[in-house]
Amino acid sequence: MGTSRVGRAVIAGARGLYLSVVSLAGGIIFFVNAVLAIAFIPLGIGVLTTPVVLTGLRKHANLRRVQAGEWSDVHIPIPYRPFPPNMRRGLMGQVDRCHLMLKDPATWRDLQWLLVDMTAGFIVAILAPSLLLYMLYGWVLALGVWEPIYNAGGGEWYAFIHVTSQTTANYAAALGTGLFVVGLFLNPVLIRTHFRMARGLIAPTTSMRERELALRVDHLTETRHDAVDTSAAELRRIERDLHDGAQARLVAMGMDLGTIEALVESNPAKAKELLAKARQNSGEALTELRDLVRGIHPPVLAERGLGDAVKALALRLPVTTEVDVELRGRAEAPVESAAYFAVSETLTNAIKHAGAERIWVDLHHTDGMLRIAVTDNGKGGAAVGTGSGLSGIERRLGTFDGVLAVSSPVGGPTMVTMEIPCELS
Amino acid sequence: MRVVLAEDLFLLRDGLVRMLEAFDFEIAAAVESGPELTKALAELQPDVAVVDVRLPPSHTDEGLQCALAARRAKPGLPVLVLSQHVEQLYARELLADGTGGVGYLLKDRVFDAGQFIDAVRRVAAGGTAMDPQVIQQLLSRRSADQPLGALTPREREVLELMAQGRSNAAIAGQLVVTERAIAKHTSNIFGKLDLPVSDDDNRRVLAVLAYLDQGR
Repeated sequence: MGTSRVGRAVIAGARGLYLSVVSLAGGIIFFVNAVLAIAFIPLGIGVLTTPVVLTGLRKHANLRRVQAGEWSDVHIPIPYRPFPPNMRRGLMGQVDRCHLMLKDPATWRDLQWLLVDMTAGFIVAILAPSLLLYMLYGWVLALGVWEPIYNAGGGEWYAFIHVTSQTTANYAAALGTGLFVVGLFLNPVLIRTHFRMARGLIAPTTSMRERELALRVDHLTETRHDAVDTSAAELRRIERDLHDGAQARLVAMGMDLGTIEALVESNPAKAKELLAKARQNSGEALTELRDLVRGIHPPVLAERGLGDAVKALALRLPVTTEVDVELRGRAEAPVESAAYFAVSETLTNAIKHAGAERIWVDLHHTDGMLRIAVTDNGKGGAAVGTGSGLSGIERRLGTFDGVLAVSSPVGGPTMVTMEIPCELS
Repeated sequence: MRVVLAEDLFLLRDGLVRMLEAFDFEIAAAVESGPELTKALAELQPDVAVVDVRLPPSHTDEGLQCALAARRAKPGLPVLVLSQHVEQLYARELLADGTGGVGYLLKDRVFDAGQFIDAVRRVAAGGTAMDPQVIQQLLSRRSADQPLGALTPREREVLELMAQGRSNAAIAGQLVVTERAIAKHTSNIFGKLDLPVSDDDNRRVLAVLAYLDQGR
């Protein structure tokens, strides 16, 4: 217990030393540079340098956020607004970035924090090593060094003690020891205080969090719209298929059976011919219903889950497809279904548009995330957006907070990666 | 011949019982769930089992699982699996142990009573009866590849029927040619596909399927 307290205090002292250097030096450097960069915006140069400086500042602040969590269990969330995914490149991108960063209130809070960090933050941090190290000077005085200083006319003060004799030098040593003991208890608290001060300024404010929630609500509203639209379209398709297909065939069958009933005695040959036709109709109605079921909820998916359903799907493809599955359990039915159809559409794309000869599908689940990669050796050049099938898949996954990423250089290969947060059971 | 039948829909079960009885099969048991099927297979020692893939209580692939488990317990136990849909994945699982005596057919095949009964008898005798849909999927899947492309259309027809599990005599009957002609076609097919020649119907099918399976 004793040694661990000393150990913790010494570690906290070392961290305090580090933090004091970083907060003072980092504070001055970043504050001066940021103020200069922003001041030069009217001249044009600032537009280019501001994002660079601010990005550095964000890294500086993020490092402190990480240390706060690791060293003192002070959790500081990151408040910066994310950049939109389709940022322009080059000069114009930099201008956009500058604009977005200056609009982000977190930027201005970062700058305020720098001022506090290099003053109050610095003082709190430097206290931790000082409490431990000051004892050494007290003892150095007490061991005789006070005498030459005093004889040379120096009025040496140790804290509030005027050291003029061995007695007062001893007091200094005792005070130093006392401070050391205080440091043993106080040092971890000091470091935590330093981080708490940082949290006050660089954690998201309530209004920031509200804004984040509002964005989230917007996103959910949008994906819900998509989901509703998709399922409505799906229902219309099913209704039409039933109406034009199986239902019509059953009606035709009923009519044939009625005719057969009338003919069975007067014209048995004709009746027999119609019977064959009725049987054929019933078989075709079944085939159509079967295809319809496969389009709504594939039987293997219902019976075995995602892994085997994708394997079964691969077996029906005209292209050699390797499927690698590492799933311990099954996801919820809607997630399985979305993932299955996303894979199915991706595979169709690879065969139809990419002209692939080989396809690899990899399914696994780690860290609460279902990850699916579909790679093909086709001609590449696939892109999300522009009304492609891929944006349909993206919408499908969006309902479950899933994301889609496509890497498809012209000439191939194409790799489509999907991630859906979900738990397996 | 004693049959254990497993089908959860009453209408279908009843229809199958009547059809099998009409063709002189003895129904040892007609059950409607997985556990009942497992029990019946263990206790009644039937000559053949006709099993629906999807059975209660799980309503997933319980029937298939029960059949596979029963075959592990008693290798070669003849099982004909019926399903609303056919999947190569399941066909492979049934054929995997290589002991024969398996069938996997779409439920609609019972519409043609003669062919269905023929399939049941073939499976009971240790042969195979694979649904044409499974075979067609397999064939179309490999059609672009050599040397399957080297087959003549007639040879492909013969290969398709052979892979379903039919004997030369049955194939000859279906294609309305002599058995000698079929024997010639089959030896050509075996030559082109580099398959070992075998007199045994069941081994013949397994060889075809193994060939179609390779290189995946």
